[in-house]
Amino acid sequence: MSGLKYTKEHEWVRVDGDVATVGISDFAQSQLGDVVFVELPEVGSQVKRDGNAAVVESVKAASDVYAPVSGEVVEVNGALEDAPQLVNESPVGDGWFMKIRLSDPSELDGLMDEAAYADYSESQA
Amino acid sequence: MTDMSQGRTSRPDALSAAAGAPTFTGNRGLQIEEPLIFEIGADGRAGVDLPEPANVASRLGGLERREAIGLPGLSEPQVVRHYTRLSQKNYAIDMGVYPLGSCTMKHNPRLNEKLARLPGFADLHPLQPEATVQGALELIDELARWIRTLTGMPAVAMSPAAGAHGELCGLMTIRAALEARGDARRRVLVPDSAHGTNPATAAICGYSVEAVPLNDRGRVDLAALRSALDDGVAAFMLTNPNTCGLFEDEILEQARAVHEAGAFFYCDGANFNAIVGRVRPGDLGVDCMHLNLHKTFSTPHGGGGPGSGPVVLSDALAPFAPLPWVVHRGDGYALVEAANEAGDAQPFGRMRAFHGQIGMFVRALAYMMSHGADGLLQASSDAVLNANYLLAKLKDVLSLPYDGPCMHEVLFDDEFLEGTDVSTLDFAKAMIDEGFHPMTMYFPLVVHGALLMEPTESESRESLDQFIGAVRRLAERAQAGEAAAFQAAPVHAPRRRLDETAAARKPVLRWRPEQVTGEAAE
Amino acid sequence: MRYLPHTDADRHAMLAAIGAPSVDSLFRDVPESARLTAPVDLPAHMGEIEVERALSKMAAKSTAAGSVPFFLGAGSYRHHVPAAVDHLIQRGEFLTSYTPYQAEVAQGTLQYLYEFQTQVALLTGMDVANASMYDGATACAEAALMARRVTKRPDVVLSGGLHPHYADTTETLVRFIDGKVDRLPPDITGTEDAAPRIADGTACVVVQYPDLFGRVRDLRPLADACHAAGALLVVVVTEIVALGALVPPGEMGADIVAAEGRSIGNPLNFGGPCVGLFAARDKHVRQMPGRLAGETHDVDGKRGWVLTLSTREQHIRREHATSNICTNSGLCALAFTIHLSLLGEDGLRRLAALNHAAAATLADRLAAAGVEVLNETFFNEFTVRLREPAADVADRLAAEGILAGVPLSRLLPGNPDAENLLLVAVTETATEGDMEALCGALGGGR
Repeated sequence: MSGLKYTKEHEWVRVDGDVATVGISDFAQSQLGDVVFVELPEVGSQVKRDGNAAVVESVKAASDVYAPVSGEVVEVNGALEDAPQLVNESPVGDGWFMKIRLSDPSELDGLMDEAAYADYSESQA
Repeated sequence: MTDMSQGRTSRPDALSAAAGAPTFTGNRGLQIEEPLIFEIGADGRAGVDLPEPANVASRLGGLERREAIGLPGLSEPQVVRHYTRLSQKNYAIDMGVYPLGSCTMKHNPRLNEKLARLPGFADLHPLQPEATVQGALELIDELARWIRTLTGMPAVAMSPAAGAHGELCGLMTIRAALEARGDARRRVLVPDSAHGTNPATAAICGYSVEAVPLNDRGRVDLAALRSALDDGVAAFMLTNPNTCGLFEDEILEQARAVHEAGAFFYCDGANFNAIVGRVRPGDLGVDCMHLNLHKTFSTPHGGGGPGSGPVVLSDALAPFAPLPWVVHRGDGYALVEAANEAGDAQPFGRMRAFHGQIGMFVRALAYMMSHGADGLLQASSDAVLNANYLLAKLKDVLSLPYDGPCMHEVLFDDEFLEGTDVSTLDFAKAMIDEGFHPMTMYFPLVVHGALLMEPTESESRESLDQFIGAVRRLAERAQAGEAAAFQAAPVHAPRRRLDETAAARKPVLRWRPEQVTGEAAE
Repeated sequence: MRYLPHTDADRHAMLAAIGAPSVDSLFRDVPESARLTAPVDLPAHMGEIEVERALSKMAAKSTAAGSVPFFLGAGSYRHHVPAAVDHLIQRGEFLTSYTPYQAEVAQGTLQYLYEFQTQVALLTGMDVANASMYDGATACAEAALMARRVTKRPDVVLSGGLHPHYADTTETLVRFIDGKVDRLPPDITGTEDAAPRIADGTACVVVQYPDLFGRVRDLRPLADACHAAGALLVVVVTEIVALGALVPPGEMGADIVAAEGRSIGNPLNFGGPCVGLFAARDKHVRQMPGRLAGETHDVDGKRGWVLTLSTREQHIRREHATSNICTNSGLCALAFTIHLSLLGEDGLRRLAALNHAAAATLADRLAAAGVEVLNETFFNEFTVRLREPAADVADRLAAEGILAGVPLSRLLPGNPDAENLLLVAVTETATEGDMEALCGALGGGR
């Protein structure tokens, strides 16, 4: 298992110490189609769980990406600026969005594990 | 048989073999490839002859331009040829059926163009003394009278420059009226089926937007509207006939509910063409409605403008209309341009520079006068007749989410394409190869894979029959498993499908001298 | 009716196909009480000859600018438009096409919009321009909104040299989204310094170039002050021909340029339609309002154009759009781009030089005739102070067949300092005789 946790809004989280890496799921990228632009938060900004943290755009749609956890944005994936297609090509790898320093690790408890998310996304298709 | 040909007669099989061969120029007969003006211009050439300026001391304060602008030089024949070639890459109402739902692509009479160019309208400065522009002020006043009469509304703000600008004017008027009575309402209700401009306008006017669902008959769910209404709602924005092509048959109840909640009833008049001369919005309880003169009243769309969006207003809203407006003074006309000339009125401000889209007003009034009361009624009747004819002749091969009769446009969904591997987009692009402009696609958002067709009154029975024949044949081909042909369409247009993803990922929004062109990069 | 193809036989046959007894029956969803029972009270249809007669009679009641000596400007300038322009924009493929959403059959429109965007970017000295706005005033208001989005600050400073209609339009829009507008008093003396008005909440300073009174000034110090404080500089240009002679705003540090482009390619139109120009920096392109045409290629690899970055716009982003604008000024933009193609580099620079030379000549002659000219700097428009209310003089001279200029009281009503001021504009269309007539009328102590 990858150790990823998921939200109902199709974001994923990978925790390493007190830092969570965040992106959107393979299911989400396949629903969006070709990603053409990603708007990321500023490093140093604070995000709140379920608050707007980023915007991901395809040619015909723009979707808000919500923060799965609260905390400070410590790094964003600058590669997406020149290569937004990474979100399509490697949604849970090189297509990550941001890293958040957790302010409340207990928030992770409310997220789905891989198997639960697989069932959930199937029901959404 | 007499052979009148010169040289050898070509054989059909030789012709078809040659059809795919590339030409030296890349041109295809009448379809000529055309570079950008920046690629055909040259230094030292010009398409104008202007006299030598007198030698004077500069008053530019040391701010004389020193760098070249970078504009190309072209002679007049080059310019005429360039834009003529570009024009031949466009589809147009003048060429054929243009069934874009909610866009009302009707014939644009050329008399209107001629009259708009009369020097007494086109060659007037907006700030000339009023005594020298009486004809233009009369034009505004006379068009306003026609609009008030056709809508059954007491007042009209003439200055908005387009439909969305009119929406903004309408909502600002509503907000000004609410604030004048000390009522700080912050929400606007918009049905799911609304044009994108409605929620965008509400947001720009400082309102939050709340969606109202439709019922299973494609109309606003009255119970849902009633439960959403409270003393925080400023306005309900309804398009009627709605974007499903249906008349809101509970509109009187909607209006009553909106008014009982102390809110205003805004109507998007984009689809007014269905009911002109037959139903007046003023009799439906509407407080405010914009008109798109470039839809209902035939002023040309011009590839995306200019438009004109006058807004009719109820007595309650009229005092808050924006500056300027025309008044009768003595035996002539005058403009009210400033708040201190406005008397008891409390204008909310100004929407634009000067007085309105006068060039569009001339065209719209010429259209109205040409039709007259009888012709306008006949036009809306024919528009509705044509849409219902499409409905009747296509409902067995396409899929109809809501039963008719429809108004001036008919909505289908993509159920008929299920299992064919053909999408709404593919189907629309295949229309291009048949010589038609596609219908409106994927709008309204309330049905899956929407195809919205508005034939307008300009289409003859013969052209509709040809269109119907083409759509029926395409539906059969989709069912017959020819998905690959649809996915490749169009093949007979100046360009095949364009890569919108590449355009959005690395936007190239202007030419630059060092730029390598797409073809050269191949 | 000449615009309606159906015969009664067609209508009957179509109703039979529909299975409806009458057209009236198709309107059964309209509440009974709301249906008109009699025709609306308007005249019956007319033939071409009657409509033309009626509207020509109406048009003849006004004094066309080209029929008299004419010196009006104040945001609307009269230039000669080559005959080829109007011929080309009336081609049905341009005139009667819709917004180019179906790119495969709209390459003509898309390519000219791309050329237009390039021309506007070059003229203003900016990176990128959109496919047009309604007019200069709405472009100015949209620039203020864009500056709010870019800086995430709410408030706007408007220079006293900004055209009052532009200031009113911007103030109206910003007020409705709850921003504060700091509007400086009319800068009649040309001594304004807007820099001290920049505060923590200032999104932008909006300044006009040349200003309402015709003056040109170096905007670099103001641009520096804006940028030092984290605000943007919005430069408004109401006479775009001026940029054929002047340092472009982009070279002076403008972040957004909002301009009126009607001077090129389009007639006066009594103030509308116009064509708003909107140019910005690459880094802010996703905050721009309005349509953008962009280059791409088709499946065969051939170069082509599409509308792009559409997720900014209302039809996708709905209430989160950068603007509610949908229709713009496409055909006026086409006229602009054709006229500018005819002018080219040499033509535009000469046109600008002709305007400036004519204005300098007229200003000198008026001064020699005893008229007080206020401007030290100008392009093709300057302010004169008369010895009586300028509106009275303008009305009197209009009755004598001279359209002498715009009384500033028309734009600054109730301002005593503006009462006697007349704005005088002169372009390449003015003849020697026209200038003599004006000097004769205004000179000699009037």
